[in-house]
Amino acid sequence: MGKVAPVLVVLVILTTLWYGAALAMNWDQAQTLADDDAGWTDVATAALTLERPLLPTPDQVVGEMIRGVFGYNVVSSRSLLFHAGVTAWAASLGFMVALIAGMTLAIGIVHIRTLDRALMPWLIVSQAVPVLAIAPMVVVVLGNIGLTGVTPKALIAGWLSFFPITTGMVKGLRSSDPMRRDLLRTYSATGTQVFMKLRWPDSMAFLFPAMKVAAPLALVGAIVAELPTGAQAGLGARLLTGSYYGHTPQIWAALFMAAILAMLAVAAVDGAQALLVRARGGRL
Amino acid sequence: MTHNSLPRPDTGSGQNRGPDALPDHGVVKPDHGVAETVIEARHLGVTFAADRQQTVALTGVDLAIREGEFVSLIGPSGCGKTTLLRLIADLEQATTGTLLVNGVAPEQARKQRAYGYVFQAPALYPWRNVERNVMLPLEVMGLPRAERQARAARVLDLVGLAAFRRRFPWQLSGGMQQRASIARALSFEPNLLLMDEPFGALDEITRDGLTLHLHQLWRRTGLTAMFVTHSVPEAVFLSTRIVVMSSHPGRIVAVIESTLPRERDLDVRETPEYLAVAHAVRAALREGHRDG
Ligand SMILES: Nc1ncnc2c1ncn2[C@@H]1O[C@H](COP(=O)(O)OP(=O)(O)OP(=O)(O)O)[C@@H](O)[C@H]1O
Ligand SMILES: [Mg+2]
Repeated sequence: MGKVAPVLVVLVILTTLWYGAALAMNWDQAQTLADDDAGWTDVATAALTLERPLLPTPDQVVGEMIRGVFGYNVVSSRSLLFHAGVTAWAASLGFMVALIAGMTLAIGIVHIRTLDRALMPWLIVSQAVPVLAIAPMVVVVLGNIGLTGVTPKALIAGWLSFFPITTGMVKGLRSSDPMRRDLLRTYSATGTQVFMKLRWPDSMAFLFPAMKVAAPLALVGAIVAELPTGAQAGLGARLLTGSYYGHTPQIWAALFMAAILAMLAVAAVDGAQALLVRARGGRL
Repeated sequence: MTHNSLPRPDTGSGQNRGPDALPDHGVVKPDHGVAETVIEARHLGVTFAADRQQTVALTGVDLAIREGEFVSLIGPSGCGKTTLLRLIADLEQATTGTLLVNGVAPEQARKQRAYGYVFQAPALYPWRNVERNVMLPLEVMGLPRAERQARAARVLDLVGLAAFRRRFPWQLSGGMQQRASIARALSFEPNLLLMDEPFGALDEITRDGLTLHLHQLWRRTGLTAMFVTHSVPEAVFLSTRIVVMSSHPGRIVAVIESTLPRERDLDVRETPEYLAVAHAVRAALREGHRDG
């Protein structure tokens, strides 16, 4: 109860503000459409029920979502769930790419001194490239060399999300307590053993927060990769067609669906972390 | 009781340590005869340089420790006790002098897994429960699972933690953690045990109990021990020799031979010999303090 109440209060405030904003932003359009002798209540009602409003109301968005989720068969291209699934699949693959690339890079950086110096600047540059802006171009370029379908989406999602994994893992792999490292040295443990028995377990406390950052980023990457005109499916494509036809509720429904996916992704990371914590007797 | 000797890489490099020399075989080394020199330090010195500031942690250390001895290091904080132990363990490099462990360079001795080390802090792995912490060296050394479990059970029993083997380090008191770390060092039955204030965090009763345990273990196995402590009674009770150190610069000020019999129990602390040795140690400590 103590947790739910504040959330509800914020929800009520946000919804109220939203209705207010919708009223203000849609007023002009409603007035144009209304009869000359319409009272201000009529205009207000119209402003909150427009078919192509500038800003749809919460109930319009929720209605659109319910229709999108429950109104159609999930394999239909009109189903919001179908599009969410397409995006989630691409984002998951991208997240896997990010995990594998991020960990490999981190292991290399931690173990090979020259890699640390040679690679890090490039990784930083890679994150300075505005992938969001050039993603459509990347998709087109990749399509030209035969990479189509989910692959370019996963690559962009991976590109956008590997960096937190790399930095988190580098920090984690280096976080081992010197005395615990000395201990393994007294057993003359091999480098591999030091990695498996100390560095890797130590890095987990850094990997999970990094994954919590990376998972939503992978989702953003997948959506952005769906924006190019070629994309037929996915939340990105929904955003695009929604804005193309001025069907704003559809845009907002897709946005909310993306937010829900992001929350699910973070919850999945949390779940995996909880499993590890349990295996470790209650602490990460 | 199992008699498996541990796989030790790099063996056969000119030292006579057959399986029989491994501890816990019921072999008690004779008090007489030619014992091997386990540790030999000559003019050993370490200077730490940090930010243009030089610390002479150790200087002019001459020390020879024979097989089967129990040697305590005692001295004020910062006199280089830990540093000396770390030199022997090849965790620190000497800047001057020479050091031999089992007749070979410390690095080689470390690679032969010649010693067990108990750090000043427990240094347990928080994601491993007590039992798996104790099994860590055995995993590294490649012992089969059943053997690992048997040995872990044995040493945990020895330090009185058998009932806590499934607990995680953070669920233990500081003293229990330290006992777990002692069990871990004993688990692979090294014949040289380097201990850095292992009982520092323990209450008096537990401390007495463990001290007696340690003494009996040493008697039974004939292992060689180096033991850092701040406690004069502990040092006198356990040791065949007591090395008194002083700081600024860290050095040895006196080496006191114990006149006590090798076989002891806690009652020995009431005897005149014991009091005489303790007196000599205290005098040397005071002397070193005045000089320093
Ligand atoms: N890595 C290091 N770098 C610089 N100085 C060091 C380092 N390790 C130890 N020292 C210095 O060397 C000296 C001896 O330290 P050491 O840890 O051996 O003392 P100690 O006798 O074990 O003390 P205590 O009883 O407090 O544990 C101290 O002055 C310490 O500051
Ligand atoms: Mg110390």
